[in-house]
Amino acid sequence: METLDFLFGRVMPALNEGVVVSIQLIVPSALLGVFFGIVIGTLRVYGTFGLDTAANAYAALFRGTPLVVQLLFLYYGLPNIGIYLEPYGAAVIGFALCSAAYHSEYIRGGLLATRRGQLLASQALGFSTWQSMLSIIVPQAVRRALPGCGNEIIYLIKYSSLAYIVTCMELTGQGKMIATQTFRFSEVFLAVGAYYLLIVTVATFLLRKLEDRLRIPGFGHA
Amino acid sequence: MENTPILRVENVSKSYNGKAVLKSVSLELNAGQHKVLIGPSGGGKSTLLHCMNYLVTPDSGRIQLDGREVNAHSRKELYAFRQQVGMIFQEFNLFDHLTALDNVAIALRKVKGQSRKEAETRAMAELERVGLADRARHYPAELSGGQKQRVSIARALAMDPKVMLLDEPTSALDPELTGEVVSVIRALARSGMTMAMATHQMEFARALADEILFMQGGEIIERGSPAELLAPGAATRTADFCRRLAEMGGD
Amino acid sequence: MQHTLDVLIEAVPFLVGGVGTTLLIVIGGMLLGLVLGVPLAVGQVYGNAVTRRAAGLYVWFFRGIPILVLLFLFYYGLFHLIGLNLGAVAAAILVLGMTSAAYQSQIFRGSILSLSQGQFRAASALGMSNAQAIATIILPQALRLSLPGWSNEYSIMLKDSALVFVLGATEIMARTHFVASREYQHMPLYITAALLYFLLTWAGVRSLRTFERKVAIRGYGRT
Repeated sequence: METLDFLFGRVMPALNEGVVVSIQLIVPSALLGVFFGIVIGTLRVYGTFGLDTAANAYAALFRGTPLVVQLLFLYYGLPNIGIYLEPYGAAVIGFALCSAAYHSEYIRGGLLATRRGQLLASQALGFSTWQSMLSIIVPQAVRRALPGCGNEIIYLIKYSSLAYIVTCMELTGQGKMIATQTFRFSEVFLAVGAYYLLIVTVATFLLRKLEDRLRIPGFGHA
Repeated sequence: MENTPILRVENVSKSYNGKAVLKSVSLELNAGQHKVLIGPSGGGKSTLLHCMNYLVTPDSGRIQLDGREVNAHSRKELYAFRQQVGMIFQEFNLFDHLTALDNVAIALRKVKGQSRKEAETRAMAELERVGLADRARHYPAELSGGQKQRVSIARALAMDPKVMLLDEPTSALDPELTGEVVSVIRALARSGMTMAMATHQMEFARALADEILFMQGGEIIERGSPAELLAPGAATRTADFCRRLAEMGGD
Repeated sequence: MQHTLDVLIEAVPFLVGGVGTTLLIVIGGMLLGLVLGVPLAVGQVYGNAVTRRAAGLYVWFFRGIPILVLLFLFYYGLFHLIGLNLGAVAAAILVLGMTSAAYQSQIFRGSILSLSQGQFRAASALGMSNAQAIATIILPQALRLSLPGWSNEYSIMLKDSALVFVLGATEIMARTHFVASREYQHMPLYITAALLYFLLTWAGVRSLRTFERKVAIRGYGRT
C-alpha cells in the first residue's frame, strides 16, 4: 500500500514531467538526425570535391566514439573556447549529430542498392542531376533505409537518457533525483524502465505502421 | 520534306580504359526514318545509342539535333537535348518506387514543370496508347516484363521526343512476351516516329527498317536496305550473321 | 596553451590506464552476452511456447530500457535487494552482459534461421538428438555467420561502457571526467578520450575481422 502511494503520489508526477522533456528531446533530434543523415549519406555516395571524404570522416568519427563523450564535449568542452550551450540545446545537437551519422550509414546502403539504370533512365528523360537525386534516387534510398533508420530512432529514444548527464532533467534525471532522495532505487527505476518500455513499444508500433504505409509491392527489403 | 536530318552523328568515337568501343561512327536519321542496328554483342550498338542521347559522352565527334550541335558542356543544353531524344532501355529501368502512371508523369512534372493534373492526364493517354490504362496504379514489380517495357515506351513518348532510340527493347523479355512490345513499336513506326533501334530479332528488323546498319568492333561495317543485305543468298556480313543466329535457334 | 599541454602530458598515461578496465568490462560483457545469448536464441527458435514467450519477454525488456536506467536499477537497486554486493566493474559487466545477451540473441536467431532446414533434418536422419543437432551442426555454423554482427556488437558495447562512469568504475571515461573537472580542461581531454575510443573501436573491429577470416570455412557463406 505504501509502495503504491509512493509510486502514484511521488514517482509518477515527477516522471510525467520528465517524460515530456524526454519527448521534447527525442522528436526534434530524430527529425534533424534523419534530415542530416540523408544529406550526409548522399554526400558519402555522390559527393565530389572532397565532400565525400569529409562526410565519410564525419560518420566514422561520430560512430567511432561514445555519445556520452560527444555530449560532454558539447556541454563542458565548448565553454573552453567560449561557446556556452544550454543543457537542452547541447543534448538535442549531440543527439542529432550522432544519429545523423548512423542514419547516413543506412541511407548510404540504400543508395548503393539503387540500380544504375534508375539514374540512367531519369537522365534520358532530361532530369538534371539534382532533380534525379531529389525525385528518383533519394526517395528510393530512403525507402530502402527505412527499417534501419527506424531502428536508429528506437536507439535514440533510449540514448535520450544520456541528456541527464548534461543535467537536462528528463525521465532518467527525474528518476535519479527521487531515487537519490528516497534511496528507493528499485521501485523508482523499475517505474522509469516501464516508461521507456512504453515509449519504445509505441514507437516501434508507429514505425512499423509507417513502414507498411510506405511499402511498395516488390520493392526494397526482401 | 526538308533535307536536314533530325539527328546527325558525325565521326563519334568512344573508348573505355584505352579500348576503343566506337571508332569514328557516322549516321543520319531523317524525319520518319527507321534505322536498325544489328551485329554481335559488344559490337558497339548500345554505346552508340547511349552516345546519341549523351548518356555517354563521346570522346570526339559531333552530334546534331535539327541541325544544331549540342554543347555537352552546358548542362542546360544537355538536359534540353535529352528531353527531345527518347530512350528505351533493354532492362526497362522503370522507377521502382513509382506506379506506372507516376513513372510516365514524373518527368512531365519535374522536368517540364506541368501540374500534377496536366501530367497525369497526359500520362494516362500515353498508357492507353500502349494498352495499359488498366495497369496505371500498378507498381513495376506487379507488371510483366512486356508490360514494363510498354510503360517505359509510354514514359518516353510523353516527353514528345523528336526521335526515339531503342536499345534491344525485347532482349530481356521471355519469348512469349516480345509480341506485345513489338506490336507497340510497329504502331509507333507507322505513326511516323523517327527511330533508331538495336535488336537481335531479325524478322522484326527486316519488317521495320528502312536501313540496316551492321556493327562490329565499334564500326558500322555494312549498311543498306533489308532487301539488299538480306536478299536470299546475299554474300553480306549481315546475311551471314543472320544465318548463324538462325542456326543457334535464335529469332 | 602551455598549461593545456602540461595537463595532457600528465593525463594521457592516466587515461590510458583506464583502457584495462574498459576492456575488462567490454570483454566480460561480450562473453556473458554470448553465454546467455545462445540459449536465448535457441529457446526462441527451437523452444516450446513457454520458452519462446520467456525469451521474447527477456529480449523486449532489455532492448526497451536504456543502459543508463538498467545500470541504476541493478547497481543501486535490484542487486542490493537480493543481497548481491558487487563492485562497480562487476556490476557493469553483469548489466552490460545481460543487455548484450538480448541483442546477441537476435543476431544468433537470424543466423540460425538463415541456415537451411535440410541440415537439421539430415542430422536427425543420422540419429542425432535435437540437442546434438543444435550443438554440433547448427551452432558451429550459426556462430560463424554471427561474427559480422558480433563485431558490430563490440563497437556498441565499447561505447556503452563509457556510461559506467556514472557508477564510479575507473575506466577511461571516469578518469577523463575526473581530470577534466579538476583542471577545467574539458575540451582537450574529451578529444583525447574520443581518440582513445576511436582507436579501440578500430583495433577491435579489425581483430574480429581477422578472427572471422581465420575461422571461415572455404566457400561458405558470402552469397
